[in-house]
Amino acid sequence: MRVALFVSCLVDLFRPSAGFAAVKLLERLGAEVVVPPAQTCCGQPAYNSGDFNTARELARPLVDALAFYDHVVVPSGSCAGMLITHYPELFKAEPLWQAKAETLAARTRELSAFLAEHGGDDFIDASFAGKVAMHDSCSSRRELGVLDQPRALLGQVSGLEPVELKDAETCCGFGGTFCVKYPDISGRMVSDKAEAVVASGADLLVSGDLGCLMNIAGRLKRMGSPVRVYHLAEVLAGMTSSPGIGDGAIENSPLAIAEPEKP
Amino acid sequence: MKPTSHAFSSNAHRALHDRTLQQALAKAGVGFVDKRRAAIDGLPEFQALKEAGRRIKDHTLANLDHYLLRFEAQVQAAGGRVHWAATPQEACAAVLDICQKSGAKMVAKGKSMVGEEIAINDALEGAGFEVVETDLGEYIIQIAHEPPSHIIAPAVHKTRQQIADLFQNLHHQPGLTRPLQTVPQIVDEARQVLREKFLAADVGITGANFLIAETGSTVIVTNEGNGDLSATLPRVHIVLASIEKLVPNLEDTSVLLRLLARSATGQEITSYTTFFTGPRRSEDLDGPEEFHVVLVDNGRSRMLGGDYHEMLRCIRCGACLNHCPVYGAVGGHAYGWVYPGPMGAVLTPLMVGLDEGRPLPNASTLCGRCEEVCPMAIPLPKMLREHRRQEFAQRLTPPRARWALAAWAYLAKRPELYRLATRLAIKLLNLMSGGKGRFRSLLFAQAWTAARDLPAPQRDTFMAQWQQRRKP
Repeated sequence: MRVALFVSCLVDLFRPSAGFAAVKLLERLGAEVVVPPAQTCCGQPAYNSGDFNTARELARPLVDALAFYDHVVVPSGSCAGMLITHYPELFKAEPLWQAKAETLAARTRELSAFLAEHGGDDFIDASFAGKVAMHDSCSSRRELGVLDQPRALLGQVSGLEPVELKDAETCCGFGGTFCVKYPDISGRMVSDKAEAVVASGADLLVSGDLGCLMNIAGRLKRMGSPVRVYHLAEVLAGMTSSPGIGDGAIENSPLAIAEPEKP
Repeated sequence: MKPTSHAFSSNAHRALHDRTLQQALAKAGVGFVDKRRAAIDGLPEFQALKEAGRRIKDHTLANLDHYLLRFEAQVQAAGGRVHWAATPQEACAAVLDICQKSGAKMVAKGKSMVGEEIAINDALEGAGFEVVETDLGEYIIQIAHEPPSHIIAPAVHKTRQQIADLFQNLHHQPGLTRPLQTVPQIVDEARQVLREKFLAADVGITGANFLIAETGSTVIVTNEGNGDLSATLPRVHIVLASIEKLVPNLEDTSVLLRLLARSATGQEITSYTTFFTGPRRSEDLDGPEEFHVVLVDNGRSRMLGGDYHEMLRCIRCGACLNHCPVYGAVGGHAYGWVYPGPMGAVLTPLMVGLDEGRPLPNASTLCGRCEEVCPMAIPLPKMLREHRRQEFAQRLTPPRARWALAAWAYLAKRPELYRLATRLAIKLLNLMSGGKGRFRSLLFAQAWTAARDLPAPQRDTFMAQWQQRRKP
């Protein structure tokens, strides 16, 4: 089974460890993981900014680069949703490309959906002693219907106690360029989300989308919260001993004394 | 009403810092969401009903010319008259003409969003008529001189205390229920004041939730009964309605009624659901002498068959507003015109122009909650994105955003250059973070760091590390 990993631009740039965690999990399934070098970004920022031509110019080489693999896996609901739902829509006026896009869409899965589909009930080999809250990105939850899969996988992590967030279906306020176009509103939304995380009593927050994670982690750190934040893949791959998103190397050492910043 | 949608950002900023408004919004939002959920959980066939409703609307819109003409014929057969208005000006002129011919002085109004859309109150008052809003929410905002902030709860932005203060200052009739501490006391006082107005009004104007082609009836749903009094006590009843309100027959109407009440207020059915068919007949005990329907187009026929066609399925339940995190944060007034929230962000640019309305489709994370709760399954996020596409094509996007997008696209289209540039930037950022894992502020990232820290990247990009790992 040859699996192409579309790592997504945010994981590539900000959280390579989430990408390596994904590779580790896929290899445990027995997959031969390939990272096609032509990938950059799926084009979603252009698409959601109304620049459909640029989105298509970025989509075409990616559609070609990801062809000819048994599966394409994306450690992001948002980017997976772009490939699965929006590429066919983007090419609706170009039958040849639409057919290619639909072929790609049929082979593409968000990481946790793929792992749940192909891994067994005891395929995860990781442990974490503590409470973990799962935040679903809007694309995962609503565009792809990925909701139970990450929870089933987390259920296999030994010692882990799952907790749910209040108003879990509400957006965290990231929204791609939205967070910098409307910083006031985005700030308000992420404050609400971070407060829900704190109120849940979770030790760890996880999600399948790095956009949401950077947004919520950034807010939690600003509030001085000790909640640590990881990509779902990192927890499933047993990589929680390295620093969480937004944490410095030193803070995570067992010898370090947590010193929350004043808001 | 002069739109201020272009100033959405500053409107929103003010709204976020208005503590009274924030109190009112926090209280309202939760109620609507919980009540809707309970109502839908209690109806196992809701999804099937939703599908049926969508098909009814699609069929009607595909044959709208037929149903409009059939409706007109049936209204005439029942003794009423239909007035066709292509523009808000024509609609206002038709209403003024009816009022003037009947020698009216006072007009009692039921709630009508299309009335807000065509600014009928301004037109009537400008022509010397006294207009009284009889829906409690509409009455409150009328005396506060404000536009509605929600399509089904127009005064949802007001706290109970603000309303009590408004009443205290305005009502000077003897014998009124005082003090105004509880909601029932406030409602009682409004009832006493408004009852006089119903009896004195010469013309009653109501909106319509549905227009039934088969019978020529107009339907309104209310919880206060004010619409019924507005329609039946005055000599003349004018129904203001937009053309997409058409429904083929009574059976179809009942499907949509079941969807509407549950999606809007979480009720199985509203307290009053009233069907009006023509003026008073000789055997009727009450009712108006004249019955008029003013059918407003205002750009809707241009939407038919186009990119925004599905928006015409909207039954104005307000569920998209109630579930929108942006609406929930800033309220309706920030949107700067008549229709707020996701449905407003689609409609406003179509009705007041993309130039004026362009911030609204952008002020969304495209989270998709609106589409999920829409009983008519309107693809609202897709339409917001379509507005953005047209904005970009018409070069209305601010230059800074265009340049940033172009620079990023230039790199993203060249993988090798992209790798080099991003790797340098990431290494630099990592160095600058000094091992702290995050930035409290960063040049060019103030919009991000205003509310949150920016997590710092790890030591190198994934692609670079992957290549190294694969080297033998």
